[in-house]
Amino acid sequence: MLTDTDIQIIQYLQGDIPLESSPYTPLADRLGISEEQIVQRIQWLHDQGLIRRLAAVLRHREAGFTVNAMVAWQVDADKADKVGTFFAGDAHVSHCYWRQVPEDFPYNLFTMIHARSPEELQERLERLSHYRDVKDYVVLESLQEYKKTSMKFF
Amino acid sequence: MMLTSLDRKILDLLQNEFPISVHPFHELADILGIDEAVLLQRIQHLKDTGVIRRIGGVMDTRSIGYYSVLCACEVEEERLDQVAAHISEEPGVTHNYQRNHRLNLWFTITAPSQREAEDTLRRLENDLGVIIHTMPAEKVYKIRLSLPMGEDDYAD
Repeated sequence: MLTDTDIQIIQYLQGDIPLESSPYTPLADRLGISEEQIVQRIQWLHDQGLIRRLAAVLRHREAGFTVNAMVAWQVDADKADKVGTFFAGDAHVSHCYWRQVPEDFPYNLFTMIHARSPEELQERLERLSHYRDVKDYVVLESLQEYKKTSMKFF
Repeated sequence: MMLTSLDRKILDLLQNEFPISVHPFHELADILGIDEAVLLQRIQHLKDTGVIRRIGGVMDTRSIGYYSVLCACEVEEERLDQVAAHISEEPGVTHNYQRNHRLNLWFTITAPSQREAEDTLRRLENDLGVIIHTMPAEKVYKIRLSLPMGEDDYAD
Protein backbone atom coordinates (compact mmCIF):
# COMPACT_ATOMS: atom_id res chain seq x y z
CA MET A 1 0.00 0.00 0.00
CA LEU A 2 1.28 3.43 -0.87
CA THR A 3 1.17 6.03 1.86
CA ASP A 4 0.25 9.62 1.31
CA THR A 5 3.97 10.40 1.63
CA ASP A 6 4.77 7.92 -1.17
CA ILE A 7 2.22 9.55 -3.45
CA GLN A 8 3.62 13.02 -2.71
CA ILE A 9 7.13 11.75 -3.46
CA ILE A 10 5.98 10.25 -6.78
CA GLN A 11 4.21 13.49 -7.66
CA TYR A 12 7.36 15.46 -6.86
CA LEU A 13 9.55 13.14 -8.93
CA GLN A 14 7.32 13.10 -11.98
CA GLY A 15 8.08 16.77 -12.43
CA ASP A 16 11.52 18.27 -12.93
CA ILE A 17 13.59 18.14 -9.73
CA PRO A 18 15.38 21.41 -8.91
CA LEU A 19 18.91 21.81 -10.22
CA GLU A 20 20.31 22.37 -6.74
CA SER A 21 22.82 20.69 -4.49
CA SER A 22 19.93 19.52 -2.27
CA PRO A 23 17.05 18.90 -4.67
CA TYR A 24 14.77 17.31 -2.06
CA THR A 25 14.81 20.20 0.45
CA PRO A 26 11.52 21.75 -0.77
CA LEU A 27 9.76 18.36 -0.51
CA ALA A 28 11.27 17.62 2.92
CA ASP A 29 10.10 21.01 4.18
CA ARG A 30 6.61 20.41 2.84
CA LEU A 31 6.30 16.90 4.28
CA GLY A 32 8.02 17.75 7.58
CA ILE A 33 10.49 14.86 7.30
CA SER A 34 14.23 14.76 6.65
CA GLU A 35 15.86 14.53 3.23
CA GLU A 36 17.42 11.23 4.35
CA GLN A 37 13.95 9.83 5.01
CA ILE A 38 12.82 10.94 1.56
CA VAL A 39 15.80 9.31 -0.09
CA GLN A 40 15.14 6.08 1.82
CA ARG A 41 11.55 6.09 0.65
CA ILE A 42 12.64 6.75 -2.97
CA GLN A 43 14.99 3.77 -2.68
CA TRP A 44 12.09 1.64 -1.44
CA LEU A 45 9.81 2.77 -4.29
CA HIS A 46 12.66 1.94 -6.67
CA ASP A 47 13.20 -1.51 -5.11
CA GLN A 48 9.45 -2.18 -5.41
CA GLY A 49 9.64 -1.35 -9.10
CA LEU A 50 7.29 1.64 -9.02
CA ILE A 51 10.09 4.04 -9.86
CA ARG A 52 12.05 2.49 -12.70
CA ARG A 53 14.83 4.99 -12.12
CA LEU A 54 15.84 8.56 -11.54
CA ALA A 55 17.32 9.99 -14.70
CA ALA A 56 17.47 12.78 -17.21
CA VAL A 57 14.92 12.38 -19.98
CA LEU A 58 16.33 13.74 -23.25
CA ARG A 59 14.72 15.18 -26.34
CA HIS A 60 15.86 12.73 -29.01
CA ARG A 61 16.13 15.26 -31.78
CA GLU A 62 18.13 17.79 -29.77
CA ALA A 63 20.41 14.99 -28.55
CA GLY A 64 21.39 14.24 -32.14
CA PHE A 65 18.95 11.39 -32.86
CA THR A 66 17.10 13.18 -35.62
CA VAL A 67 15.44 10.13 -37.18
CA ASN A 68 13.03 8.33 -34.88
CA ALA A 69 10.69 5.76 -36.38
CA MET A 70 8.09 3.39 -35.11
CA VAL A 71 8.56 0.21 -37.12
CA ALA A 72 6.08 -2.67 -36.94
CA TRP A 73 7.06 -6.15 -38.11
CA GLN A 74 5.01 -9.09 -39.30
CA VAL A 75 6.17 -12.15 -37.39
CA ASP A 76 4.33 -15.42 -36.62
CA ALA A 77 3.21 -15.72 -33.00
CA ASP A 78 5.37 -18.78 -32.34
CA LYS A 79 8.49 -16.86 -33.45
CA ALA A 80 7.74 -13.71 -31.45
CA ASP A 81 10.08 -14.46 -28.53
CA LYS A 82 12.98 -15.33 -30.77
CA VAL A 83 12.68 -12.26 -33.00
CA GLY A 84 11.71 -9.96 -30.11
CA THR A 85 14.78 -10.95 -28.14
CA PHE A 86 17.03 -10.46 -31.16
CA PHE A 87 15.59 -7.01 -31.92
CA ALA A 88 15.87 -6.03 -28.25
CA GLY A 89 19.62 -6.61 -28.50
CA ASP A 90 20.05 -3.90 -31.14
CA ALA A 91 21.44 -0.68 -29.64
CA HIS A 92 19.28 1.46 -31.95
CA VAL A 93 16.08 -0.21 -30.74
CA SER A 94 14.79 1.49 -27.58
CA HIS A 95 11.42 -0.24 -27.25
CA CYS A 96 10.24 -3.64 -28.45
CA TYR A 97 6.74 -4.99 -27.78
CA TRP A 98 4.55 -7.80 -28.99
CA ARG A 99 1.07 -6.38 -29.46
CA GLN A 100 -2.47 -7.50 -30.14
CA VAL A 101 -3.34 -5.89 -33.48
CA PRO A 102 -6.51 -5.38 -35.53
CA GLU A 103 -7.22 -7.98 -38.23
CA ASP A 104 -6.36 -5.68 -41.13
CA PHE A 105 -3.03 -4.65 -39.56
CA PRO A 106 -0.82 -7.76 -39.58
CA TYR A 107 2.31 -6.16 -38.05
CA ASN A 108 2.48 -7.29 -34.44
CA LEU A 109 6.07 -6.80 -33.28
CA PHE A 110 6.60 -3.10 -32.56
CA THR A 111 9.95 -1.33 -32.25
CA MET A 112 11.10 2.25 -31.79
CA ILE A 113 14.30 2.86 -33.68
CA HIS A 114 16.52 5.93 -33.22
CA ALA A 115 19.16 7.00 -35.70
CA ARG A 116 21.39 9.98 -36.38
CA SER A 117 20.56 10.07 -40.11
CA PRO A 118 18.09 8.54 -42.62
CA GLU A 119 20.98 6.41 -43.90
CA GLU A 120 21.62 5.02 -40.45
CA LEU A 121 17.93 4.15 -40.09
CA GLN A 122 18.01 2.42 -43.48
CA GLU A 123 21.06 0.38 -42.48
CA ARG A 124 19.31 -0.73 -39.32
CA LEU A 125 16.13 -1.68 -41.19
CA GLU A 126 18.11 -3.77 -43.65
CA ARG A 127 19.92 -5.56 -40.87
CA LEU A 128 16.78 -6.30 -38.87
CA SER A 129 14.60 -7.16 -41.87
CA HIS A 130 17.04 -9.81 -43.06
CA TYR A 131 16.55 -11.73 -39.86
CA ARG A 132 14.74 -14.95 -40.72
CA ASP A 133 11.14 -15.22 -39.57
CA VAL A 134 10.49 -11.55 -40.46
CA LYS A 135 7.85 -11.61 -43.21
CA ASP A 136 7.23 -7.94 -43.79
CA TYR A 137 7.39 -4.59 -42.02
CA VAL A 138 6.00 -1.10 -42.13
CA VAL A 139 7.84 2.11 -41.15
CA LEU A 140 5.39 4.33 -39.33
CA GLU A 141 7.23 7.60 -39.69
CA SER A 142 5.98 10.47 -37.58
CA LEU A 143 4.90 13.34 -39.81
CA GLN A 144 3.74 15.57 -36.99
CA GLU A 145 4.05 15.53 -33.21
CA TYR A 146 0.80 16.67 -31.65
CA LYS A 147 1.70 15.81 -28.07
CA LYS A 148 4.54 14.34 -26.09
CA THR A 149 4.56 14.52 -22.30
CA SER A 150 5.24 12.33 -19.30
CA MET A 151 2.25 10.81 -17.57
CA LYS A 152 1.18 12.52 -14.37
CA PHE A 153 0.04 9.81 -11.98
CA PHE A 154 -2.38 10.37 -9.06
CA MET B 1 23.58 22.08 -30.64
CA MET B 2 27.12 20.69 -30.70
CA LEU B 3 27.72 18.51 -27.69
CA THR B 4 31.18 18.56 -26.16
CA SER B 5 32.82 15.41 -24.90
CA LEU B 6 32.04 16.53 -21.33
CA ASP B 7 28.37 17.03 -22.30
CA ARG B 8 28.22 13.48 -23.61
CA LYS B 9 29.71 12.09 -20.42
CA ILE B 10 27.26 14.13 -18.37
CA LEU B 11 24.30 12.92 -20.45
CA ASP B 12 25.36 9.28 -20.17
CA LEU B 13 25.69 9.60 -16.39
CA LEU B 14 22.43 11.51 -15.97
CA GLN B 15 20.58 8.88 -17.99
CA ASN B 16 22.12 5.78 -16.46
CA GLU B 17 23.69 6.45 -13.08
CA PHE B 18 21.72 9.19 -11.40
CA PRO B 19 22.18 8.36 -7.70
CA ILE B 20 19.35 8.06 -5.23
CA SER B 21 20.93 10.30 -2.60
CA VAL B 22 20.54 13.57 -0.76
CA HIS B 23 23.17 15.30 -2.91
CA PRO B 24 23.02 13.50 -6.27
CA PHE B 25 24.77 16.20 -8.31
CA HIS B 26 27.67 16.31 -5.89
CA GLU B 27 28.23 12.56 -6.36
CA LEU B 28 28.06 12.90 -10.15
CA ALA B 29 30.54 15.79 -10.07
CA ASP B 30 32.93 13.58 -8.08
CA ILE B 31 32.68 10.82 -10.70
CA LEU B 32 33.46 13.36 -13.43
CA GLY B 33 36.18 15.02 -11.40
CA ILE B 34 34.69 18.50 -11.73
CA ASP B 35 33.12 21.01 -9.33
CA GLU B 36 29.46 20.57 -8.56
CA ALA B 37 28.86 24.21 -9.54
CA VAL B 38 30.38 23.57 -12.98
CA LEU B 39 28.24 20.47 -13.43
CA LEU B 40 25.04 22.29 -12.45
CA GLN B 41 25.89 25.10 -14.85
CA ARG B 42 26.48 22.66 -17.70
CA ILE B 43 23.23 20.77 -16.99
CA GLN B 44 21.36 24.08 -16.93
CA HIS B 45 22.78 24.80 -20.38
CA LEU B 46 21.67 21.37 -21.65
CA LYS B 47 18.17 22.13 -20.37
CA ASP B 48 18.13 25.64 -21.84
CA THR B 49 19.10 24.29 -25.25
CA GLY B 50 16.40 21.63 -25.07
CA VAL B 51 18.61 18.52 -24.98
CA ILE B 52 17.32 17.59 -21.51
CA ARG B 53 13.53 17.56 -21.20
CA ARG B 54 13.55 17.03 -17.43
CA ILE B 55 15.37 15.28 -14.61
CA GLY B 56 13.24 13.18 -12.33
CA GLY B 57 11.63 9.82 -11.81
CA VAL B 58 10.68 7.46 -14.60
CA MET B 59 7.69 5.53 -13.31
CA ASP B 60 6.58 2.03 -14.18
CA THR B 61 2.98 2.48 -15.32
CA ARG B 62 1.99 -1.10 -14.58
CA SER B 63 3.65 -1.29 -11.15
CA ILE B 64 1.97 1.95 -10.16
CA GLY B 65 -1.27 0.17 -11.02
CA TYR B 66 -2.15 2.14 -14.13
CA TYR B 67 -3.13 0.79 -17.56
CA SER B 68 -1.84 2.14 -20.84
CA VAL B 69 -2.46 1.19 -24.44
CA LEU B 70 -1.36 2.21 -27.93
CA CYS B 71 -4.22 3.39 -30.14
CA ALA B 72 -4.52 4.12 -33.86
CA CYS B 73 -7.24 5.54 -36.05
CA GLU B 74 -7.94 6.56 -39.62
CA VAL B 75 -8.95 10.21 -39.93
CA GLU B 76 -9.80 12.21 -43.05
CA GLU B 77 -6.87 14.48 -43.86
CA GLU B 78 -8.93 17.69 -43.63
CA ARG B 79 -10.13 16.85 -40.09
CA LEU B 80 -6.83 15.48 -38.81
CA ASP B 81 -5.56 18.54 -36.93
CA GLN B 82 -8.90 19.10 -35.26
CA VAL B 83 -9.34 15.45 -34.24
CA ALA B 84 -5.73 15.29 -33.02
CA ALA B 85 -6.16 18.46 -30.94
CA HIS B 86 -9.30 17.05 -29.34
CA ILE B 87 -7.54 13.79 -28.45
CA SER B 88 -4.49 15.65 -27.09
CA GLU B 89 -6.74 17.49 -24.63
CA GLU B 90 -7.24 14.25 -22.70
CA PRO B 91 -4.81 14.36 -19.76
CA GLY B 92 -4.17 10.59 -20.09
CA VAL B 93 -2.95 10.98 -23.68
CA THR B 94 0.83 11.28 -23.40
CA HIS B 95 1.97 10.75 -27.02
CA ASN B 96 0.05 11.70 -30.15
CA TYR B 97 1.50 11.59 -33.67
CA GLN B 98 0.45 11.81 -37.29
CA ARG B 99 2.05 8.87 -39.13
CA ASN B 100 2.41 7.97 -42.81
CA HIS B 101 -0.11 5.12 -42.97
CA ARG B 102 -3.82 4.55 -43.67
CA LEU B 103 -4.05 4.55 -39.86
CA ASN B 104 -2.70 8.08 -39.71
CA LEU B 105 -3.16 9.10 -36.07
CA TRP B 106 -1.37 7.15 -33.32
CA PHE B 107 -1.56 7.92 -29.63
CA THR B 108 -1.12 6.31 -26.22
CA ILE B 109 -3.59 6.64 -23.39
CA THR B 110 -2.88 5.93 -19.72
CA ALA B 111 -5.55 5.65 -17.02
CA PRO B 112 -5.94 4.32 -13.46
CA SER B 113 -7.69 1.21 -14.87
CA GLN B 114 -8.43 -0.52 -18.18
CA ARG B 115 -12.10 0.28 -17.67
CA GLU B 116 -11.41 4.01 -17.40
CA ALA B 117 -9.18 3.96 -20.47
CA GLU B 118 -11.88 2.17 -22.46
CA ASP B 119 -14.56 4.58 -21.28
CA THR B 120 -12.46 7.52 -22.43
CA LEU B 121 -11.82 5.89 -25.81
CA ARG B 122 -15.54 5.20 -26.30
CA ARG B 123 -16.34 8.81 -25.46
CA LEU B 124 -13.71 10.02 -27.96
CA GLU B 125 -15.16 7.71 -30.65
CA ASN B 126 -18.62 9.17 -30.06
CA ASP B 127 -17.44 12.78 -29.91
CA LEU B 128 -15.27 12.49 -32.99
CA GLY B 129 -17.02 9.90 -35.15
CA VAL B 130 -13.86 7.82 -35.61
CA ILE B 131 -13.05 4.18 -34.91
CA ILE B 132 -10.15 3.79 -32.47
CA HIS B 133 -8.18 0.55 -32.71
CA THR B 134 -6.34 -0.49 -29.56
CA MET B 135 -3.09 -2.45 -29.66
CA PRO B 136 -2.36 -3.62 -26.13
CA ALA B 137 1.15 -4.90 -25.38
CA GLU B 138 1.16 -8.61 -24.64
CA LYS B 139 4.90 -8.94 -24.13
CA VAL B 140 7.63 -6.41 -23.49
CA TYR B 141 11.03 -7.34 -24.86
CA LYS B 142 12.68 -4.01 -24.21
CA ILE B 143 12.07 -0.60 -22.69
CA ARG B 144 15.24 1.46 -22.72
CA LEU B 145 14.87 5.05 -21.81
CA SER B 146 18.41 6.18 -22.36
CA LEU B 147 20.12 7.12 -25.58
CA PRO B 148 23.76 6.11 -25.88
CA MET B 149 25.65 9.39 -26.25
CA GLY B 150 29.19 8.04 -26.61
CA GLU B 151 30.28 7.14 -30.12
CA ASP B 152 31.32 3.63 -29.13
CA ASP B 153 28.06 2.57 -27.61
CA TYR B 154 26.61 1.43 -30.89
CA ALA B 155 28.57 -1.78 -31.16
CA ASP B 156 25.96 -4.52 -31.38
